[in-house]
Amino acid sequence: MEDILEVLQEVLEELHPDVDFEKEDELVDRKIIDSFDIVTIIARIDEEFDVAIPADKIVPENFNSMEALAKLVSELLDE
Amino acid sequence: MQNHVLDYLDVTVKRLPDKVAFTDETESETFRQVYDKMNAVATALLQRGMAHEPVLVFMDKRVRTIITFFGVIASGCFYVPIDEEMPAARIRLIMENCQPRLMICDETTIEKAHAFAGQTACVLYEELLAVKPDQEALAAVRQAALDIDPIYIVFTSGSTGVPKGVAACHRSVIDYIEQLSETLGFSEETVFGNQSPLYFDACLKELYPTIKFGATTYLIPKQLFMFPTKLVEYLNEKKINTVCWVVSALTMISAYGTFDRVKPEYLRTVAFGSEVFPMKQFRLWREALPEAHFTNLYGPTECTGMSCYFHVDRELAEDEPIPVGRPFKNTQILLLADDGKPAAQGETGEICIRGTAVTLGYYNNPEKTGECFVQNPLQSAYPERIYRTGDLGRLNDRGELVFVSRKDYQIKHMGHRIELGEIEADVSAVEGVKLCGCIYYKEKERIILYYVGDIDKAALMAELKEALPRYMLPNRIEQLSEMPFTANGKIDRVRLKEMYAELLAEKKSRRAE
Repeated sequence: MEDILEVLQEVLEELHPDVDFEKEDELVDRKIIDSFDIVTIIARIDEEFDVAIPADKIVPENFNSMEALAKLVSELLDE
Repeated sequence: MQNHVLDYLDVTVKRLPDKVAFTDETESETFRQVYDKMNAVATALLQRGMAHEPVLVFMDKRVRTIITFFGVIASGCFYVPIDEEMPAARIRLIMENCQPRLMICDETTIEKAHAFAGQTACVLYEELLAVKPDQEALAAVRQAALDIDPIYIVFTSGSTGVPKGVAACHRSVIDYIEQLSETLGFSEETVFGNQSPLYFDACLKELYPTIKFGATTYLIPKQLFMFPTKLVEYLNEKKINTVCWVVSALTMISAYGTFDRVKPEYLRTVAFGSEVFPMKQFRLWREALPEAHFTNLYGPTECTGMSCYFHVDRELAEDEPIPVGRPFKNTQILLLADDGKPAAQGETGEICIRGTAVTLGYYNNPEKTGECFVQNPLQSAYPERIYRTGDLGRLNDRGELVFVSRKDYQIKHMGHRIELGEIEADVSAVEGVKLCGCIYYKEKERIILYYVGDIDKAALMAELKEALPRYMLPNRIEQLSEMPFTANGKIDRVRLKEMYAELLAEKKSRRAE
């Protein structure tokens, strides 16, 4: 999990170096990330972890925080 | 003969007064309501002495924004749409260009508007609505209207850092809407799902056919375009049968296996444009919707909207790009070689467009207008302007136009037209930046910014967010100690691209360990 968080932080900070992703837990609701970002994040996760996020997991709850996203990646890795 | 875009609404409001015309998350308005509110807005503008001048519309994406556009046109003025997410610095540039006396706002934007309004008066949409329509005054304005007068100015990326305002008149818009509607088969039964923002010409595709045919348009909440399953469920719930979307919105759905769970049940017309549709994704769409018609559209803002179409009605090879196809009726494409003469059969040339859909040019910008809106080089007997797109194309064996590449550093990113030069101009303006070079890494669809300077990445990004619209922000920023140069002293973009490829390869090998 620690490793996943570290990589995700790198991915997210590439997109928004000015956001504190450790604290932010309303990334979607506060419109910090938009549809462009979601596409990039999904593609980067695929690159980094070789994990494809299926459509039914692409929901606001999974993208609102780095923590939630890490949990999703970890679940998908275990499958 | 029709000489005014609102003639469409005049006819439809009598025929279908109680049918819903436009719907957003919170409001639905019938044609009667749209008509009455439009007239209130227009009357209020007349009472303020507005005539034949730009009116800024700075409002959230709602049905009321569309009504405001129509109201501005009905008053004989032209609307200049500004997006709530546009940074103040960019809006200031737009205001400097068109010097509006009035800006129409809503409660979500009025506060922000006051911060940069300067000499421009700000007024709330709600206030304008309170005015009782003066039918006589409005009829007089309509009687005096000419179809060569502008109805809007939309701003597009400019390579020097200053956006350019494309002004279009009634006649161009009518021509475009007539040809587009015939090509895509719009009718009273059409239910549009709008994706494009209201501050671009792209939304013409839904707004004007809706009032022409008495169709219905749903403004799809922007957030849904982040979540594919929810988006398809929305299309089904609203029984949407027609979409004209950017390719990235369509691939957002197909790329993640959405169709395995849910398919758009009512969709019959799918038009897309401005970008290459990856064949793998396109095939997923066609498999999911075997009954639907798919049409590729191509055209620049400077020629009102779209100029060419290709109905995808034959099997295309995996590596064959979907052709741009053929021009709409009443539009002609010229492929011109560097010497201004027609390109030889099958050879690449610059795509130039002639016809009524060629717009009036860039507002208050004769220099830029003169560069791209030029006399037809094939005849000198009478004045005739054509538009040089800067796109290179060629005809394939079937006589269909195929897009080849750009002549300059303009890119298409997630459906948006962007000048890399504009991003660089804004980066260079940031204190602490010494040098910068921007590239588009097509394979991954990412804008990468390289820079040399004393400012760190986070601070630079924060500055850029103040200057650039969101879709123009780099997807990745890299700080360099030295910028690579070509032999003749220009920033070496080829090398920058290689550097990014190396970075990706390095990451890949690190992961493999």
